[in-house]
Amino acid sequence: MLRDVVIGQYVPGKSPLHRMNPPLKMILMIAYIAVLFVIKSAAAYALFTVCAVTLIMISGVSVGMILKGIKPILYIVIFTALLNIFMTTGEVMWSASVFGLTLRITKEGVTAGALLTARLIYLVTGTSLLTLTTPPLQLTDGIERLLKPLNKIKVPSHEIAMMMTIAIRFIPTFSEEADKIKKAQTARGADFESGGLIKRARAMTPLLVPLFISAFRRADELAEAMEARCYRGGGNRTKMKEQHITAFDIKAAVIFVLAAVLILLAEFWIEI
Amino acid sequence: MIETKNLSHSYRAGSAEQEKKVLKGLNLKIEKGSFTAVLGRNGSGKSTLAKHFNAMLLPTGGKVYINGMDTLDEKSVFDIRRTAGMVFQNPDNQMVAAIVEDEVAFAPENLGVEPKEIRSRVRECLETVNMTKYAETAPSKLSGGQKQRVAIAAVLAMKPEILILDEPTAMLDPMGRSEVIKTVKKLNKEQGITVVLITHYMEEAAAADRVVVMDGGSIALDGTPKQVFSNVEMIKALGLDVPQVTLLAYELNKAGIDIAADVLTVDECFTELAGLLGGNGK
Amino acid sequence: MIKAEHVGYIYQKGTPFEHRALYDINLEIADGTLAAVIGHTGSGKSTLIQHFNALIKPTEGRVIIDGTDITNPKTDLRLIRRAVGLVFQYPEHQLFEETVYKDIAFGPATMGLDKAEIDERVRLGARLAGLREEHLQRSPFELSGGQKRRAAIAGVLAMEPKALILDEPTAGLDPKGRDAMLSVIKKLHEENKDMIIIFVSHSMEEVAGIAERVIVMNEGRVEIDGTAEEVFANAERLRRIGLNAPQMALLADKLRAAGYDLPENIYTVEQAAAAVKKLIGGNTGA
Repeated sequence: MLRDVVIGQYVPGKSPLHRMNPPLKMILMIAYIAVLFVIKSAAAYALFTVCAVTLIMISGVSVGMILKGIKPILYIVIFTALLNIFMTTGEVMWSASVFGLTLRITKEGVTAGALLTARLIYLVTGTSLLTLTTPPLQLTDGIERLLKPLNKIKVPSHEIAMMMTIAIRFIPTFSEEADKIKKAQTARGADFESGGLIKRARAMTPLLVPLFISAFRRADELAEAMEARCYRGGGNRTKMKEQHITAFDIKAAVIFVLAAVLILLAEFWIEI
Repeated sequence: MIETKNLSHSYRAGSAEQEKKVLKGLNLKIEKGSFTAVLGRNGSGKSTLAKHFNAMLLPTGGKVYINGMDTLDEKSVFDIRRTAGMVFQNPDNQMVAAIVEDEVAFAPENLGVEPKEIRSRVRECLETVNMTKYAETAPSKLSGGQKQRVAIAAVLAMKPEILILDEPTAMLDPMGRSEVIKTVKKLNKEQGITVVLITHYMEEAAAADRVVVMDGGSIALDGTPKQVFSNVEMIKALGLDVPQVTLLAYELNKAGIDIAADVLTVDECFTELAGLLGGNGK
Repeated sequence: MIKAEHVGYIYQKGTPFEHRALYDINLEIADGTLAAVIGHTGSGKSTLIQHFNALIKPTEGRVIIDGTDITNPKTDLRLIRRAVGLVFQYPEHQLFEETVYKDIAFGPATMGLDKAEIDERVRLGARLAGLREEHLQRSPFELSGGQKRRAAIAGVLAMEPKALILDEPTAGLDPKGRDAMLSVIKKLHEENKDMIIIFVSHSMEEVAGIAERVIVMNEGRVEIDGTAEEVFANAERLRRIGLNAPQMALLADKLRAAGYDLPENIYTVEQAAAAVKKLIGGNTGA
């Protein structure tokens, strides 16, 4: 079950997106999202679509992989789209009476639904592109770098990144262990599959208790092993993999910003 | 060099609960460049002793000196831990990083070593334990023996003088066990690293220069593997094993057959028996 | 009886991660057998034993437990799992109840037994696993490593299985804990004449001491299958697949190669001592 977690689903590659400096990539991602939430016009969306498709193409990540990222939110997208289509008031395009309820589709509703659908899909596309082209560890390093200025207001940037690294490191370990304990308890007659929700939740005890105990034991031993290797938090620490900004990064950032400006121009100028 | 002077350790010392004495006045000197195995069954105090060697535990009585540094002196804690690196039992629970090379870089990063120097140490240490090929692999994809070799490399990256291994093979299969022991032996012989190997496997202890047998928080036997294992009755009474060939020699001695009691390997035993049986062959 | 007919198994079949763990396994294990399975990590031994209580179903061939084919979709797998108890590696990690008693009772309780019967089973399981009455009301986490493991085994024994399969029951135990575990297995075998006991081990010495039948696995196949004597007579073949015959078998081999007249079945210290004494006796007698 933990194996389906999208984080860590890095697709190795050598594309320009892969080569970009991770903190920069994250900043640009934030810009991408900001632009996405500002634009409303069809022209701006058309341009945005062109940019998003271009990004996918140069990333070398298969479209299937992107669609896989969208799949989990598909129901939310459909639900909110329908909600918008039927619930928005405005110019009626179609109406019908079903079981005494009057259903109405308005022009504004369709626009709002389409806008929201596009927004959610592009949001997921963008963030998956980031995680798919950045190794998880570089992501956490990037987060540490980005949060560093916040150290002054007591945000523990190193500790946050360390926690994320350890989490990533232990996902496969726990997933394996969960499988093993599940099998062992099944061999003792435990039944995880049948019964109602409450029965199933209760059946999880023989799985969860050992998992928690093991997690505590692991945490204890890991802390000891870290201490034995002179770990003392973020201060005075160096990094083997430094994340430098290269000329390539600057070029990429400029292209990105220009694209954003174009999209915003389309939003605010063409409309007039 | 490691030296303990009248070292005692009690859990819950000074608390209202019942105090539990785990180490009872140990005097031990481990020379630089030696390979010492500490053998004992569970609860004999061997792991507690090991954790005193890098200041993970502090004496409740007596002293421990690592290269002359007193482990009770708070200022030297990090120097002691860098000098005496420690590898633990469970390979899965001592890895922090999601990639092998990052794991090896972890300790020098903590010590504030320059990035370039870290790179070269990582390369070198992975080479030493023969894991260069796996530099960019996730630890979860490695076998137990490989994980423990990475754990050794991760400690070597601190450039320690002493390597303490706390039952590093207890969770490994025979192949993984021999990989780890080979690596440790190589480090001792080629790089002159002082090795303290905590174990309950007698085959591994037999590979050391010196065997210290612990029981009930005290040293029960101390000497070369040959000296120690020829005390068959005592070793068995302590709940430990002797090699099968040593046991055979013991049984034969008991039956009045004159054969050296301190054979440790099949080859030694064969030579002894062949000498005894003389012309009976061919 | 446990029977495997042309059993093959492929993990994650039909995906890019597909990988074969077993090839054409044919085994017949009769009631009352104490068998050991030996092999490297990755030799397929863990996959094989999981077939015996239907935690894994073969992707090829059939596994038949007491006449019931586990590949038959109509087979109630819960009945198979009651008939064949499986103890995993480090089973103490699956303990979860507040007391040893409750933990052992978990299995029997899933069988829908009444309270008195569960109580009887718990005490039986504990006794068979070599636990004392006083252990039952303690928290499993207060026990020693070896005791914890035996508590977990008691939980399986309390289901009164007709066969017991243990995956590396001695892994990580110290010599004393190991010997206690082996004597539990031995006693179980002696007291339950019809029970099949199969245990996985890495140690030839351990296997030589108690197993009647030894199944050596290598790269997903049964490499050697026979009595301990038959298997250890193949010292060279064992070495080729990276396994060591017991020290005594190696020593006897060496002596035989040097021309000394030793009987074939030597793999324990007692056997070797007897043989050497006889040789020397013959020597002085001549």
